[in-house]
Amino acid sequence: MKISIGAVVGGGSSLDYQTGTWRDRRPVVKQENCKACGICEEVCPDGAVGPRDGIFQVDYFFCKGCGLCARECPAQAIELLPEEK
Amino acid sequence: MRSKKKQKSQELFVSGHRACPGCGMALAVRHILRATGREVMVVTPTGCLETFTSPYGYSPWRVPWVHHLFENGPSIASGIAAALRMQKRDRIRVLVIAGDGATFDIGFGALSGMLERGDDVLYICVDNGAYMNTGGQRSGATPLYASTTTDPPGKLSPGKVQERKDLPWIVAAHNVPYVATASVAFLADLRDKVKRAMSFRGPRYIEVDTPCPSGWGFPSELSMEVGRRGVNCGLIPLLEICNGSLSKVHKISKRIPVEDYLRIQGRFRHLFEPRREQGELNRLQGLADEKIKTYGLSRGADEPS
Amino acid sequence: MRLEEVMEGSEAVALAVKACRPQVISAFPISPQTHIVERLARMVSDGDLHAEYVRVESEFSAASVVSGASLAGSRAYTASSSQGLLLMSEVLYASAGMRLPFVMTGVNRTVSAPISIQVDHQDTVSLRDCGVIQMYVESCQEAYDAHLVAFKVAEDPRVLLPTMVCMDGWILTHSYERVSFLAQQDVDLFLPPFKPVNYLDVDNPQSWGSYADEDVLMEFKYSVQQAMVRAKGVIKEAWEGLARLTGRDYGGLVEGYRTQDADLILVAMGSMAGTAKEAVDKARRAGDKLGLARIRCYRPFPHEELWEILKAAEVVAVMDANFSMGSEGALALDLKAKLYGRPGAPVVIPFVAGLGGREVGIETVLEMVHRARECVKKADLPLEANWMGLNEALLPD
Repeated sequence: MKISIGAVVGGGSSLDYQTGTWRDRRPVVKQENCKACGICEEVCPDGAVGPRDGIFQVDYFFCKGCGLCARECPAQAIELLPEEK
Repeated sequence: MRSKKKQKSQELFVSGHRACPGCGMALAVRHILRATGREVMVVTPTGCLETFTSPYGYSPWRVPWVHHLFENGPSIASGIAAALRMQKRDRIRVLVIAGDGATFDIGFGALSGMLERGDDVLYICVDNGAYMNTGGQRSGATPLYASTTTDPPGKLSPGKVQERKDLPWIVAAHNVPYVATASVAFLADLRDKVKRAMSFRGPRYIEVDTPCPSGWGFPSELSMEVGRRGVNCGLIPLLEICNGSLSKVHKISKRIPVEDYLRIQGRFRHLFEPRREQGELNRLQGLADEKIKTYGLSRGADEPS
Repeated sequence: MRLEEVMEGSEAVALAVKACRPQVISAFPISPQTHIVERLARMVSDGDLHAEYVRVESEFSAASVVSGASLAGSRAYTASSSQGLLLMSEVLYASAGMRLPFVMTGVNRTVSAPISIQVDHQDTVSLRDCGVIQMYVESCQEAYDAHLVAFKVAEDPRVLLPTMVCMDGWILTHSYERVSFLAQQDVDLFLPPFKPVNYLDVDNPQSWGSYADEDVLMEFKYSVQQAMVRAKGVIKEAWEGLARLTGRDYGGLVEGYRTQDADLILVAMGSMAGTAKEAVDKARRAGDKLGLARIRCYRPFPHEELWEILKAAEVVAVMDANFSMGSEGALALDLKAKLYGRPGAPVVIPFVAGLGGREVGIETVLEMVHRARECVKKADLPLEANWMGLNEALLPD
């Protein structure tokens, strides 16, 4: 693909980049404990967890496994499991 | 499950950026842009934020964004603001989101010039206390006694021997409409401050404490906890300063001793191991005590143990 | 309609810039640029020029403000000299790489240390690598005309590079000349409002200033070179277009003065070339077949045009008012690089003259010519440049 003039890049193009491969821990939402408070969505630096299709779930394409969602969830509804490769 | 197309259309700072896991700065930026909305142009000088958001071809910024150089964030922003005014497009607001290296050090002159001229720019410093992008070298924002790669503790030194540059007050001395300090651990407060800053014209400054797991040496899931402790021990006061005078402070709900903040960070480990450096710890506690007193951060008579 | 007035060179530049309707002007004062930016400030303050004038705290910021303005889609202008130009150098590299089309005046002045405010070309020549287009003018009139051309060239979608008009400090900026200037409607005809190819826009959010790795960086740099090469044609076109309005034809990227049958041709740029023209006339009156090639566009380097002019001569004497310490004058280096190995190429004798305001009179030029001829006669071609008028008695041991 031809380079752009002045190296200008389209906004939001990082959505093509899979950061999920960075993980060594995988957060899993325990739906039965989730209160849908939205704090996990608020504290994720990568926008990789939030409401989708009616439930709070992790976007594993992007999730880096930082663990902030699990740590900050007031209902302890997110478990950090080792990532299986 | 890949969700590229399903990303919320109102998200202005999207996934796929290359920040370290748990990055306080990335989290802060998400919320800053939530508060500003999409009618903004953002300038970011060289640093972590620029580097992890701009590998050619992959940008998470859904607002117009420019990285030019390291020391000229404020002046690029001044130029954009001047152009927008001439084009009668100044409904669109101009932001700088810059790290502490660009703000406290190499871009300090340009920042002062922008403030002095009264240019209509909201300058937000996302502060991780060192030149983290290049491995964690010391900056003017590095806290007292923190370990950095260019100012490491050793036989002859306890780490950085200067206190942090008190930039919010230096900015306030330029008599600008709004100055605030914030923390990524208090996201609603951060958003409120950004919104309040947006309600003014002219130069405005917000300094955001953004903990850095990689650089400060703590597990990535503790970014919020570390941020909270920094505020709750008094070392990181959350203030608002309007037209040069203190106007509002965040009172600490549950005060903790400074040690509780320092102990969980690798950059202060040398104050505890191989032995307790009581002199340095006392001085840091003293700093916190002073800030709590000066700014009236205490709710009641709770003293640290 | 033509208008004419005796005016200071700085005023001619300010008039030209004003006529081009920049939206943002930003500058930090430095002798001998100051009169230009002071006149522009007065025009803005009196409402004669509708622009944002940003009074910055350093030249680094001046170049940055116009870069920001350009990014946001506004026509922008700055000016500097000497130390200030060098302080801008990082910004100019970045803005050329980001293809920002602002215009600037480089008022030539020597570079510290020792400090001096006098003229030579070291400051702008030091910036020859960064991707900024450089044109050099001989007179105040040409300075006026060149600024109009500069905006047109910079903003051309085939170019999109910062463009600098270089003019000798004091000699041009602070001297008075009769200057013809155009009526505003004629300038507007020549230079329509700026239509940026790409700019910061909330309706099309883009990210500028990416970092590029080894897989694409060379291509980005090459595309700047491609823009420079294309610029040659665009610059020629622009001067021809202006000539149709003004009747003034300066001869393209390189002005050949009495070069057709010359056996020795001087090469120079800036106001020094004016003195060289007088020397050529004097020599010609004495029967000497002397000529001058005045470089009007230095970056991109017009080697094709130079070749056409120089190829028939036996000897070329290059006058550099600059020096690359440890090597040679920049014009000599650029020229020799392009003549080397071409069958029939003339020999090039390099001279350094006029550093730090050292007077370059007609006799100095004729002395250069004499020395050049002597070298050729004795088949003793110098590898080192000849520093004209050097007072060897002053040199330390």
